[in-house]
Amino acid sequence: MKTTMIALALLGLALTVIPSVLVFLNRLDWQTHAHLMLLGTVLWFATAPLWMRDVKK
Amino acid sequence: MPNAPVSPLVARLDHLYEFDREPVTPDKLQGAGNFIGVYSGEHIAGTEFVIGPLFVAHGVSAIDLFAGLLVGNLLAVLSWAFIVAPIAVRTRLNQYWLLRKITGPYLLFVYNIVNALMFCFLAGSMISVSATAVGLPFDMVMPSLNDLYPNSLTWVVVVLIVGGLVTALAILGFEKLAHFSKIAAPWMMLVFIAAPLAVLPQLGVTSFADFWRVANEKIWTGVPLAGQTKFTFWHIMFFAWFCNMAMHLGMADLTLLRYARKWQYGFLSAFGMYLGHYLAWISSGILCAAALGNIAPGPIAYLGAGVSGALCVVIAGWTTANPTLYRAGLALQTATPNWKRWKVTLAAGAVTTIAALFPALMMKLLDFVALYGLLLMPMGAVIFADYWLFPKLKLCANFAEMQSLRFSWPAGLTWGLTLLFAFALPLEIFFKGLPAWFCAVALYLGFSFIQQKCFAGGKA
Repeated sequence: MKTTMIALALLGLALTVIPSVLVFLNRLDWQTHAHLMLLGTVLWFATAPLWMRDVKK
Repeated sequence: MPNAPVSPLVARLDHLYEFDREPVTPDKLQGAGNFIGVYSGEHIAGTEFVIGPLFVAHGVSAIDLFAGLLVGNLLAVLSWAFIVAPIAVRTRLNQYWLLRKITGPYLLFVYNIVNALMFCFLAGSMISVSATAVGLPFDMVMPSLNDLYPNSLTWVVVVLIVGGLVTALAILGFEKLAHFSKIAAPWMMLVFIAAPLAVLPQLGVTSFADFWRVANEKIWTGVPLAGQTKFTFWHIMFFAWFCNMAMHLGMADLTLLRYARKWQYGFLSAFGMYLGHYLAWISSGILCAAALGNIAPGPIAYLGAGVSGALCVVIAGWTTANPTLYRAGLALQTATPNWKRWKVTLAAGAVTTIAALFPALMMKLLDFVALYGLLLMPMGAVIFADYWLFPKLKLCANFAEMQSLRFSWPAGLTWGLTLLFAFALPLEIFFKGLPAWFCAVALYLGFSFIQQKCFAGGKA
């Protein structure tokens, strides 16, 4: 379960940044990039809190 | 150490910091990874969305920006590594308890109040930043570079709502939000990379080879906007060095670095500097140029990353306003006897929100950040002199504690006179910090010499 959550969170981060690279390379339009980035954002915030440890100082 | 009667004020003050009164024990020391996380998170804040565009507005050239940030951030890292970290790992005390030994509790009380007000204004600027993103769906008229006062009713309403929410969440659960900010940090960093990448084609950059030409012609053109002073390499270098002056030369980060296993962990501040204060400032400058000189953080982030960009502005502003508000509350609590923490945080939140109503706080952020560091820096110079120079000059370190003094007049005079000296200097505020630091060290040595040699054995 934890591994799946980590994988989804990393996919979220990938969707946050990779579409912008494709826009820069003229392989993707800006609107699709914004939608994919939002999907990545939702994925990250939905899954990262489930496995990132709350380290107390 | 002689025992002195403890006044109610001193007792209240000490009680607030009681939980970390003792030096950090070896089992509490933290690894390098923790410091990388803390520094990266703390220095990727909502205000990064403002600072980059302000550099553009001040007409810095591309070479001055890149070189100035490179050198200035390096100097900041060296300040953390060589000024703060060695004292932090030797004393293992936080700034409060170390200063208390040197300045006495009454002067520390004054320092705490000044610190609290600065924290309120800093948090206020972050709320203003968030408000520019929250106002996007309502077609809010964004504050412009020269706006000092609220520019519309919508702005006032949005700031009040954002300020109210940030304050409420700070009251309800500071620790959970601190964890949330750690979760948000890697994502925010990627938004700072993605947003400018997506707008570079609009500026005419279609390959990496185009970047430097476009950077000079369209982004950092070397021409300031109307009414703005021209920034040079030196402005950028000193700003990058001193924008966190309260943390390094001012020694506030003793509180953080006392957990470091080795003093070399001070170098890990490079993660905050080169991700937050290099990459993020360059990114937001690119976004500003793509937005045709628009300074408001919400719209420029939306331009690069759509809804995610606007969310990033809100989250970056909120997650950094929250701990700042918490620290302000902690410092203010010393002046509010018997107030519960929630009530103090509410008061700090009210001051913060009122400050946030004024766009001047955001639009003059460079000056405010420089002033904030300058105001608090002299106490860091006092700690430096007391710790390193006093033993070499055969002066007694921690004199206030040794003599049970409640107010160290050498430290108090040093603080006041250093600020007078700094404000009298005919220099722009960004350049005052360095001469003022040397002035503070010299004054403190001189006054302490008079105190300890002329009043030896007595309570001077």
